[in-house]
Amino acid sequence: MNCRSQILELTVEARQIEETVLAVLHTVLLHRSSGKFHYKKEGTYSIGTVGTEDVDCDFVDCTYVRVSSDELDRTLRRSVGEFKDALRNSGSDGSGQISLEFYQKKKSRWPFSDECIPWEVWAFKLNVVNLANEQERQICREKVGEKLGEKIINIIEVMNRHEYLPKMPTQSEVDNVFDTSLRDVQPYLYKISYQITDSLGTSVSTTMRRLIKDTLAL
Amino acid sequence: MDGELSPQDKKDLDKFIKFFALKTVQVIVQARLGEKICTRSSSSPTGSDWFNLAIKDIPEVTHEAKKALAGQLPGIGRSMCVEISLKTSEGDSMELETWCLEMNEKCDKEIKVSYTVYNRLSLLLKSLLAITRVTPAYKLSRKQGHDYVILYRIYFGEVQLNGLGEGFQTVRVGMVGTPVGTITLSCAYRTNLAFMSGRQLERTQPIMGIIIDHFVDRPYSGSSPLHPCNYRTTGEDDGGNFPSVDDSQEVCTTSFSTSPPSQMVIPSKEGGIPVLPLHPAPGVQADGERVPTCNLTDMNQHAATTPSSSGEAELLSKSSEGKSGTPQDVLETTFTRKVGAFVNKPASQVTAANMDLPFAVFAPKIVESEDTDVMVNPPDSPILESPLHASLHSDQSSGSSGLTQDEFVMVELKPAFSKDDFLPMDLGTFYREFQNPPQLSSLSIDISAQSMAEDLDSLPEKLAIYEKNMEEFDAFVDTLQ
Repeated sequence: MNCRSQILELTVEARQIEETVLAVLHTVLLHRSSGKFHYKKEGTYSIGTVGTEDVDCDFVDCTYVRVSSDELDRTLRRSVGEFKDALRNSGSDGSGQISLEFYQKKKSRWPFSDECIPWEVWAFKLNVVNLANEQERQICREKVGEKLGEKIINIIEVMNRHEYLPKMPTQSEVDNVFDTSLRDVQPYLYKISYQITDSLGTSVSTTMRRLIKDTLAL
Repeated sequence: MDGELSPQDKKDLDKFIKFFALKTVQVIVQARLGEKICTRSSSSPTGSDWFNLAIKDIPEVTHEAKKALAGQLPGIGRSMCVEISLKTSEGDSMELETWCLEMNEKCDKEIKVSYTVYNRLSLLLKSLLAITRVTPAYKLSRKQGHDYVILYRIYFGEVQLNGLGEGFQTVRVGMVGTPVGTITLSCAYRTNLAFMSGRQLERTQPIMGIIIDHFVDRPYSGSSPLHPCNYRTTGEDDGGNFPSVDDSQEVCTTSFSTSPPSQMVIPSKEGGIPVLPLHPAPGVQADGERVPTCNLTDMNQHAATTPSSSGEAELLSKSSEGKSGTPQDVLETTFTRKVGAFVNKPASQVTAANMDLPFAVFAPKIVESEDTDVMVNPPDSPILESPLHASLHSDQSSGSSGLTQDEFVMVELKPAFSKDDFLPMDLGTFYREFQNPPQLSSLSIDISAQSMAEDLDSLPEKLAIYEKNMEEFDAFVDTLQ
């Protein structure tokens, strides 16, 4: 099937990077996480409960909802932290793109390794600006808050189109579809990667592409 | 049409729609409580968490929702709406948003009810959770308290969007197709949150610039009363989930099958859930007219029951103390507050003058006892507004009642930070004396009344005396050297 991809773009100040990216990633993962599956005999399974938590942003005038899972939050924060550092190190007024890709694993026969087939990609492009004074920062805080709200609405609109989702797997296949490593929730298999472009708008010659999250590190 | 849907599927679908409607109302109202919501994930299913989401059930809200539904389900032409409005402490109200759960005729016959529809409804609830934090009313609801409260109203039937003002926006949360129709969830929200205009002349100044656009005394055509979003029942403080217990003790479907649909087994554990005793706060009546106040430490009393023709229930803001009485008293109690130091007497004589006094704000505040304080017991309604206006206005200015003490009788002065009467001269006395020192005698008027001519006339005499005593003066000067 074709992988659908969505691109969201936002202009932010350096200190807003972390919160805006987390807001977007958490909103996507809220919709792409399920409770833990418990398989019973006769091919039936039951699903655990997903809790939610409100998060207020400090540098952006916005509140987002995330899944109540500290493990997931820590993992995302790690990735976002690296993205933020890379963005800052690339110099001021740069831009970068962080991608959240949902994929399915397809078992291949030896000696070939398993294939990762993406079915949905969310790309979040950030343009970083520097602001001169506190008044501008205050305006930016509110404006970015509004824009972030719009992005959240965009995400929800896409989610509710009810396009392709992987079929619910049997017990033996569940690790090919879901990330079962977390204790309390079960998101679809995902990986996060990012790219930094310098302020000239061209790709940096050494494009950094890191796979932050890979459940099956072969 | 319904013949194609199996009876079990029809039953399941009705159950899903009913509980989806109830959970939708819970999510919306909880998002307007003014606090951050946090629920825990649980890896083992409890069988009571509908749509696999941990959404608490506030019993009053469930009760109101069921009352509005009156045994029916949202369907084609029968929408369930949750209206969120803002009510100021002056009694003005404004509709902020209306969330609509509707169904249209577009059916999806192929869809699997107990699997796909259920999961999509779950997704829709997640979207609702996210979107309720993004609409403008969320920020308003987080700041509710002293000056305004957020109320909700549930009604069933036709959607009414007239109260949202011009240019209201609509955002669609999502849609789920079912064999009997497509469920849509959307929100229409007010965008015109302008300051008061026009009507200002008839009313007092708004407090701290409350955003009010219009304040129609709404004739509630329906019988559904407004309810506040920021109350708590004691049961809620127990934390944790309590399942929504309804008459039939239905529990949600949490079991799915990976086998083909025809073999799907859905064990439903009806009757297995123990009934949790609900913990209504004392004084809560089933008809929702009285509501308990929220759990702040200064709130021990309950809100007043206001008899009103439309059966509207009002909760006062968090700072109110409960008093029963007429709406006028209700209005006034929202402003009752402890008289603290430096609070101005709410009298028309309060001026912003005398600012030139240093520490003018520490000037003795003429504080009468609470019984005679106009703020606590307004004499009658015409005066009601102006003392409130004056007191609030003067709160913002540092003007003092730097008038002479003659006009008022000092009953008691409680300066802040002063210890009680350890010294004969207490802080209050010091302030008084400091602010009203006696005139210097050399600056007294008597002296200046003397004319220059008199001075000049007395000069020769003085000179003669000084010359006679010149030797004494010289001797004196020598001693100084």
